[in-house]
Amino acid sequence: MIATEAKPREEVLERLGDAQSVFIVGCGDCATLCQTGGEFEVEEMKKYLEQVGKKVTGSVIPDATCNVLDTARLLRKNKEAVAEADAILVLACGSGVQAVAEKAAKRVVAGCDTIFLSTQERMGQFLERCICCGECVVDQYFGICPRARCPKGQLYGPCGGYNNGKCEVNPDEDCVWALIYERARQLGYGPEYFENLQPEPTDYEKQKRPRRLVFEPRRG
Amino acid sequence: MGMREAIESGKFIVTTEVAPPKGCHLDHMLQEAAYCRGRVAGVNVTDLQSSVMRASSLVGCIKLKEIGMPPVLQMVCRDRNRLSLQSELLSAAAMGITDVLCLTGDYTTLGDDPHAKPVFDLDSVGLLKAARGLMEGYDMAGQELEGEPPQFTLGCVVNPGADPLEPQIMKLHKKVEAGAQFVQTQATYDPQQFADFMRQVGDIGVPVLAGIVMLKSAGMARFMNENVAGVTVPDEMIQRMKKAKDKVATSIEITVELVKGLMPYCQGVHMMPLGWNQHVVTVLDELGL
Repeated sequence: MIATEAKPREEVLERLGDAQSVFIVGCGDCATLCQTGGEFEVEEMKKYLEQVGKKVTGSVIPDATCNVLDTARLLRKNKEAVAEADAILVLACGSGVQAVAEKAAKRVVAGCDTIFLSTQERMGQFLERCICCGECVVDQYFGICPRARCPKGQLYGPCGGYNNGKCEVNPDEDCVWALIYERARQLGYGPEYFENLQPEPTDYEKQKRPRRLVFEPRRG
Repeated sequence: MGMREAIESGKFIVTTEVAPPKGCHLDHMLQEAAYCRGRVAGVNVTDLQSSVMRASSLVGCIKLKEIGMPPVLQMVCRDRNRLSLQSELLSAAAMGITDVLCLTGDYTTLGDDPHAKPVFDLDSVGLLKAARGLMEGYDMAGQELEGEPPQFTLGCVVNPGADPLEPQIMKLHKKVEAGAQFVQTQATYDPQQFADFMRQVGDIGVPVLAGIVMLKSAGMARFMNENVAGVTVPDEMIQRMKKAKDKVATSIEITVELVKGLMPYCQGVHMMPLGWNQHVVTVLDELGL
């Protein structure tokens, strides 16, 4: 899922600028899990905006705001409220904001910062485990990705900066290479496995932005 | 003398280090290096060390060469992609600078401008491989170089105090396999620990230069213990520095003892004097190096 953080209220207000009336779009998927764009947060934002003297013309929470067709359908369904608003405030990831912008002829304001593609460890704990490099190598590292989990993305081994198995850059994080070594050991692989590992440098051509995935969907 | 000659001589190798300034006047750096004239096989010029923006290593190396000192170009992967790294290697060779230390580099957020983009297109092993490729006449994309290929003497680093040590040694082996012809280590203060480290490293066929950071004060030693990964200054040394009336003399004394203790286990020393190159000369005098 996509991890998001709510922008500070003052910043949202600043971005709304002179918009007097606002339509709010949340997200029923990732932003609900991150508690940045679910029902509760949309309601709280509505109260806040009204408190500072703005008019909230309406709100909607698509199942997943990044689903452009579904979001467009919901915006059409609420077209009077959308039309009445000076701006649309989107409490979702950057893809959600852009899905709304694509389908609404209105100024769109982002209420969240999108931070990473995450796993959810438990409620309220999200961790970055994948950076969408486009050439998955995680199986070579016993299911622990050094590209995503080492700040320097080192595929050949650790740098010299870890201390007691902790990362120098993020002292609260384990050095990913210490984790990889430990997992390898548990699975019966020694240093010779890594001595023989010959990774290719990352192919950044695969990360040429914007990326797109287009295929003929299987029917039925 | 450069690194190749020093390695081929089979003798104990001494290198030192200087840092370009955060500014465009390199006189002080050159003066620092000049203290060691005729005493060292190479003078490392650091590459934005600790991720602090400064004048470049290559320019520092060019300036050193102009005054007849043997530069070692340090190159980190933090600030440039593979195109720029290879280009700089060619540029260095064009200026007659062929001793190159390849490092991954500190992370950007540890420096004085944490907002900068960290590049890390390659890491130290990737950079060594790229340099080796250029020596064979090809760039990373497999394109042929024009004319005679450059000839580098490549170095790498290792942290003998890393914990856990096993992956550190594995990476060192990868660096040597990728083309490193000499090794300079992170600072060490414990000959016994260093001996254990070297035993685990095994015979890698290239000289290992033990890293030496001269202590300037007890406070500096404590700072390193707290902030530099894998570096442990023994309490006994800290106490000696604390009690010292003449800090410089005590530091020199400690360093001489340390190098003597390390000599049986290494093929050279790499001094990281942090502005104390004039005292490095005294250390070398006392050691007869």
